[in-house]
Amino acid sequence: MTQHGQLASSHPISSIDPFSPEFLADPYPFHHELREAGAVVWLERYSTWTVARYDDVHRTLNDWQTFCSNRGVGMSDFAKEKPWRPPSLVLEKDPPDHDRTRSVLNKVLSPAVMKTLRERFARAAEAKADELIEIGEFDAIVELAQGFPLSVFPDAVGMRKDGREHLLPYAGAVFNAFGPDNDLRRNAIERAAPHISWIAEQCQRQNLALDGLGAKIFAAADAGEIAMEEAPVLVRSLLSAGLDTTVNGFGAAIFCLGRFPDQWAKLHANPSLARAAFEEGIRFESPVQTFFRTTTKPVSLGGVQMDEGSKVLMLLASANRDPRKWENPDSYDIERRTSGHVGFGSGIHMCVGQLLARLEGEVMLSALASKVRSIEITGEPKRAFNNTLRGLESLPVAIKAK
Amino acid sequence: MPNITFLNPDGSRQTFDIAEGVSVMQGAVANGVGGIVGECGGNAMCATCHVYVDGSQVASFPPMSANEDALLDGTANDRKPNSRLSCQILVTEAVGGLVVELPERQI
Repeated sequence: MTQHGQLASSHPISSIDPFSPEFLADPYPFHHELREAGAVVWLERYSTWTVARYDDVHRTLNDWQTFCSNRGVGMSDFAKEKPWRPPSLVLEKDPPDHDRTRSVLNKVLSPAVMKTLRERFARAAEAKADELIEIGEFDAIVELAQGFPLSVFPDAVGMRKDGREHLLPYAGAVFNAFGPDNDLRRNAIERAAPHISWIAEQCQRQNLALDGLGAKIFAAADAGEIAMEEAPVLVRSLLSAGLDTTVNGFGAAIFCLGRFPDQWAKLHANPSLARAAFEEGIRFESPVQTFFRTTTKPVSLGGVQMDEGSKVLMLLASANRDPRKWENPDSYDIERRTSGHVGFGSGIHMCVGQLLARLEGEVMLSALASKVRSIEITGEPKRAFNNTLRGLESLPVAIKAK
Repeated sequence: MPNITFLNPDGSRQTFDIAEGVSVMQGAVANGVGGIVGECGGNAMCATCHVYVDGSQVASFPPMSANEDALLDGTANDRKPNSRLSCQILVTEAVGGLVVELPERQI
């Protein structure tokens, strides 16, 4: 700290804690303050750097040689602390190791594979929409945001029917663990043991259906593209990153469409905007708010010199609402050109399941759009608190059929 | 600035001057070309910026990566020998005058 104290005049310093309950409840005024403070800001609370503007976040995401992932993409530096779980073979690796495992997941989740899932997912979405119309009033988080992905994703992976209730708490722990050593992280890790052991079991070959996405990862091991012992760890990536994220993506879209009735009207009139409505929800709410990188060498960004081994917090959600990049960033506009938003990240670590998320989003919103005339928020939304994920715990809504 | 022409499925054409150094996809999105989506923002991960490149020009391009090749197998409209992802075509003086045909669908 002394060293940085001496350099105080050369870079902005902030006392903001991006993992405090106040920040997590309403990050936007803090994002604004950090974007205005400078390209790179020193967070004295954690002795770490942060980038909040679109260009700097995008540049950091796209320069893995300087901003690496293999020292962890959370606050904990794997070079100094033992990781709380064996590191991911994609998220927490850099090339060349990363590319070998990533290319397997690219194939498992490719546009060609999505074509084979589309019809099944669309049928499930129609059924879910009919079911929700029948109920009329419900909690959109439980019934829709969780209900729909849970009805298609575990089956697509080829998971066992029993124990699926471990999926969301496990993912919640993974995303809390990227944060600092606060109550959220400690509580999540303390309670994670049963979820970890169930996940470990589910990642084994004998517990995966022969025709699912999980089995395709093992087939890549059979083909020699990855080692057999790497296959379960890659399956783990599907389980930890494939569900909670889409749950919060749906939560975001429905919360947006409920708050912006003119956008629902637009979607109702033209259901082919469903995919764009989902995508804009990702930009607007950024279900994954943050990730860290670690500098591999001394680097200068925005005129600020960072030492080798510095942690850099990327505020993805802030980048997605940076007025330097987006026109009217705080309005949810389903006709916006969202290309370039960083809600799924960018660069070599960009979300490998983005096509699956979009497919789920498109078919579900499209089914609702054509059948539902209006969607109304009928009670106080309740926020879910997580160090990395932004979303709701409950969102009471009422929908009216066409 | 090099100019790039986009041929829409309805037969209309749009020509734009696009700055060197950005991709054809980025140039299209910035100019509001509706037939290019670019969901992944240019990371070669989504195959929604698919174009058919004028046959006489495609041969002079640098070869595509294995990743682009695999993505083109999943495009919404059929892949043809002159299919490319426009996020992987960098705008330079050399591609000035390029004509790309847009598929009917990207999703």
